[in-house]
Amino acid sequence: MGINFKQETFRDDFSFRNSPEQVRRFPFPFHEDGYMYSVNIEPHVPGAKNTVFEHLFDVDEHYVSEMHDRALVLAEDPLRCQSLPHMTLAGWDTLELLMTEKAKSYPEHFSLTRDGDKWHWVNRPLGIDDRFTFGDTSTLPYDPLEYITRQSQGDFAVLDQRDGNLWMDAGIVTTQADWSLDFDIGMNFFEWHAPVPLAHEMGVFKRALKFLMALQQGQPARRHNWTMTINPRLDTSPENYHKWGTDRTTVTPENVGDKVHLRVEIQMFFRLPRSNALLFPIRCYLIKMDELVTSPKWARRFHRVLRDLPPELAEYKGLVRYRPTVVEWLSKYDDGAPTSPGFGPD
Amino acid sequence: MSAASMLSRPVYGTLSPQAGKHHLLVADAEGAAAILDLAKNAPADFFAKAHIIYIPGASGPEYIDALKALNPERFYEGPSFAAALPRLRQTFDAAHMGTRLYIAGSEGLIGQVMQVAAEAGVDHASIQTEQRGSLARRVQCVHCKGITENVTTQPVKCSHCGLLLLVRDHYSRRYAAFQGVCINAEDPTDIPPTEEIFR
Ligand code: HEM
Repeated sequence: MGINFKQETFRDDFSFRNSPEQVRRFPFPFHEDGYMYSVNIEPHVPGAKNTVFEHLFDVDEHYVSEMHDRALVLAEDPLRCQSLPHMTLAGWDTLELLMTEKAKSYPEHFSLTRDGDKWHWVNRPLGIDDRFTFGDTSTLPYDPLEYITRQSQGDFAVLDQRDGNLWMDAGIVTTQADWSLDFDIGMNFFEWHAPVPLAHEMGVFKRALKFLMALQQGQPARRHNWTMTINPRLDTSPENYHKWGTDRTTVTPENVGDKVHLRVEIQMFFRLPRSNALLFPIRCYLIKMDELVTSPKWARRFHRVLRDLPPELAEYKGLVRYRPTVVEWLSKYDDGAPTSPGFGPD
Repeated sequence: MSAASMLSRPVYGTLSPQAGKHHLLVADAEGAAAILDLAKNAPADFFAKAHIIYIPGASGPEYIDALKALNPERFYEGPSFAAALPRLRQTFDAAHMGTRLYIAGSEGLIGQVMQVAAEAGVDHASIQTEQRGSLARRVQCVHCKGITENVTTQPVKCSHCGLLLLVRDHYSRRYAAFQGVCINAEDPTDIPPTEEIFR
């Protein structure tokens, strides 16, 4: 049985919502009742059925609408997708990885036929049927990175590895938690992470970089990050902050359930075969507070995490204005009972 | 995070004479004083192989005579960075292996010369930099992408789109600019006072 793709919006009338099945598979990011930065990296191995980890690249009910939103962002601001000249090969690597995995995981929706370098790609949900020559950019409507990531949920950064560091030399970024690819492109691991509080002093980035530099092909890894978003807006970019910033002042005790979203990023790391670059997909999942509290454990735990969050993190994540209102709202769902260890709902 | 520890910001040093076949020294305003200090430790034949490109800016004629007295092989005085740019590009393109590059003065100048040098493929490791004089910043508006030069205040009005920008410490070497982000995006009626802080 295929996925039931929804028609919905992440702007203007914000018709996005999760089906009950999608709520149950939400990647709740807290394994305990508190949160602090850590080197939270684990192997990215296919996981249990009906979780977002069932396949290496999760495709869900929001796929078609998310891709439409990406096209709108790119039409307005083409600088959201950039690739320095030496990154084209990494773009082909990315295209191969995404096409191969999608076709393998979801044969009813995607298919790839390869005859030497003559490839035939069919993406049924988006109505795409293209034949092209692998390695020849002139046979595609976009460069290979843009072509395939216009068909893949989540943002993608492509990192070149040289001089003992990773360099953000290509990417497509339209569903980000307030950072600018255009500004960060060409920076190294420590430079693009410069604005993050506390983690540098904790040694998180030094250890993480060491791990990533040694990452081998065929052994992908993942971690998660989280923040909050008012209204189910995918494009919370700094570029458009002057347009969406006022959302943060609109939270009231009456509208928390529908307006306030927990935003979880599943970030993955893949070593690419030809270019030796590192692919960093950042997949964003949104859940409304009304949807979150359908799991009593998630409600209790998120209440405690948000209430006790270190102020530096609340400030950095931009939660300061509305955190008290949301904590107050969530407290109704927290009877003080202990929560079980682990991520899943009870 | 304090500006000093912002890891995207370049770290500047102190100019000192390097062994090299040729020396290209680029400075603006007070940056001239860094060249004069370097001269105190330079070998006798250093300036006979040196080309100085100087943009006096706010310093006016103050350092010109002293720089000329170093007897550089070539001396150029330019009215602005933009005016000096074609010459700078050509100089980099013509520069041979073994040319050493020294840049001194405002962060905006250092960043922009580094940009041109990178385009010309000059090896990063062969460049010396020293910050002198004004702490004014070049700021890129993250919204309209326009660059506002010589920013001394926090916040600052974008000279292109007019938004009131918070000048962050996050720095892009590619743009040679700090990032400016709308300071009152969440509440446009909140207009914070403007303070002169980058001087
Ligand atoms: C190589 C792939 C990675 C890329 C491209 C990347 C990119 C980014 C970017 C662009 C930001 C936003 C910075 C800003 O405020 O402008 C960020 C934040 C952050 N990154 Fe990474 N990152 C990567 C890997 C990692 C790893 C391996 C770790 C840790 C183990 C990590 C930890 C963090 C943390 C803690 C934050 C702050 C997030 C928050 O509080 O919301 N990152 N990253």
